[in-house]
Amino acid sequence: MNEMKKSTVAVIDYGMGNLHSVAKALEHVADDNTTVIVTSDPAVIDAADRVLLPGVGAIRDCIGEMHNAGLVPSIRKAMAEKPFLAICVGIQSLMTHSEENGGVDCLNHFKGNALFFGENHKDHDGSKLKVPHMGWNQVKHTINHPLWADIPDNARFYFVHSFYVVPENKNEVAGTCDYGLTFCVALARDNVFAVQFHPEKSHKDGLQLYKNFLHWDGKP
Amino acid sequence: MGLAKRIIPCLDVDNGRVVKGVQFVDIRDAGDPVEVAKRYNEQGADEITFLDITASSDDRATTVHMVEAIASQVFIPLTVGGGIRTCEDIRRMLNAGADKVGINTAAVFNPEFVREAAQRFGSQCIVVAIDAKKVSAEGEPDKWEIFTHGGRKPTGLDAVEWAKKMVAYGAGEILLTSMDRDGTKNGFDLGITRAISEAVHVPVIASGGVGNLDHLVDGVIKGKADAVLAASIFHFGEYSIQQAKQRMTDAGIEMRL
Repeated sequence: MNEMKKSTVAVIDYGMGNLHSVAKALEHVADDNTTVIVTSDPAVIDAADRVLLPGVGAIRDCIGEMHNAGLVPSIRKAMAEKPFLAICVGIQSLMTHSEENGGVDCLNHFKGNALFFGENHKDHDGSKLKVPHMGWNQVKHTINHPLWADIPDNARFYFVHSFYVVPENKNEVAGTCDYGLTFCVALARDNVFAVQFHPEKSHKDGLQLYKNFLHWDGKP
Repeated sequence: MGLAKRIIPCLDVDNGRVVKGVQFVDIRDAGDPVEVAKRYNEQGADEITFLDITASSDDRATTVHMVEAIASQVFIPLTVGGGIRTCEDIRRMLNAGADKVGINTAAVFNPEFVREAAQRFGSQCIVVAIDAKKVSAEGEPDKWEIFTHGGRKPTGLDAVEWAKKMVAYGAGEILLTSMDRDGTKNGFDLGITRAISEAVHVPVIASGGVGNLDHLVDGVIKGKADAVLAASIFHFGEYSIQQAKQRMTDAGIEMRL
């Protein structure tokens, strides 16, 4: 009977723009028993089996809209009890603080900060690097995790960001990338996983990560 | 190991069909945009750009439906340009599934629009498209100027200064097209590509003039472009995206293979 069980995944909509691609990518890899719901309703988030927190735009607006829409209690509740995935600005919103927009306090699920690459970001050899970090870069797995299943180490994912996260607890780092410096692009603790890149824009490896998320029981 | 340079096939779309390009009098039909986009996605394109050249704004609804159809099936970044004049135009394209929009003429006539768009939607989705032509004579220091209306109308704006201004206003990326080279198959204008890429801190996409795979290599190595855009060499099966990526890899450029 277990395989007949219906499952829902809530994509949190806090008014920060386009969630079309995220929802379509999840639907693309979901089986017939999985329903993808784009929602701003705390009750729907509370009832969902798993939750995805997307993020786009600037951090001050993101955090502000989460508070304005009354979503923060549901986000915290979901992070305490069920499979939870945050992407792009979503990972930054889970840190203690971001230096974007003159400094913004975030949700503090992971201790640490989001820092700016800077407009004079340099490669290891001193040559100029463009900011934002935009395009396909390699992600190194620093731990084994169910969300990395069937994704080759150093596979390329699509990034577009100017801020990067620096967690205090290095044991929470699940993946890194190199762009002038080696920095954290994936965080994992218990039932929460967060990535800086956009799986929904990262072709087959990105779709595989979403598929892994839909099959994840929330255990590391 | 690091960030890969990008290859971006560009689809000029008129009334829901891919056409060869705005610079060509003899426009050849190159197929259904959804099918073409899927083919490039399978070949390993790093992004896809659509340039809507539909004359009538009434027909733009066709473009919205096309973007929706493609975004449901193709999971790589999509940029839509052409006819983007208001924040409402941007919102409509982003909601349809575009990741970025290209702003061209509207930026020239109203630079504040770029600032407003970047503040509202984030710099990451604002690509400012620049159409430049060389205006310096032989022997003079190089100078390029911004042109509008498909390269017919000069604006008096210096291209490098304009690019810097657009980045200061919030452009997250520059799509640079040489109007001297567009449609010629003689290769990018490497001088202006390099001048702008070195002058700004955001990525620059080189466009206009690609006739063979070595032109793509030159755009990155000599022009310092972060991405290269081409249309006709891919549309009619002359080269595949894989062939282009292999040639660039052989030339020592880091690519996503």
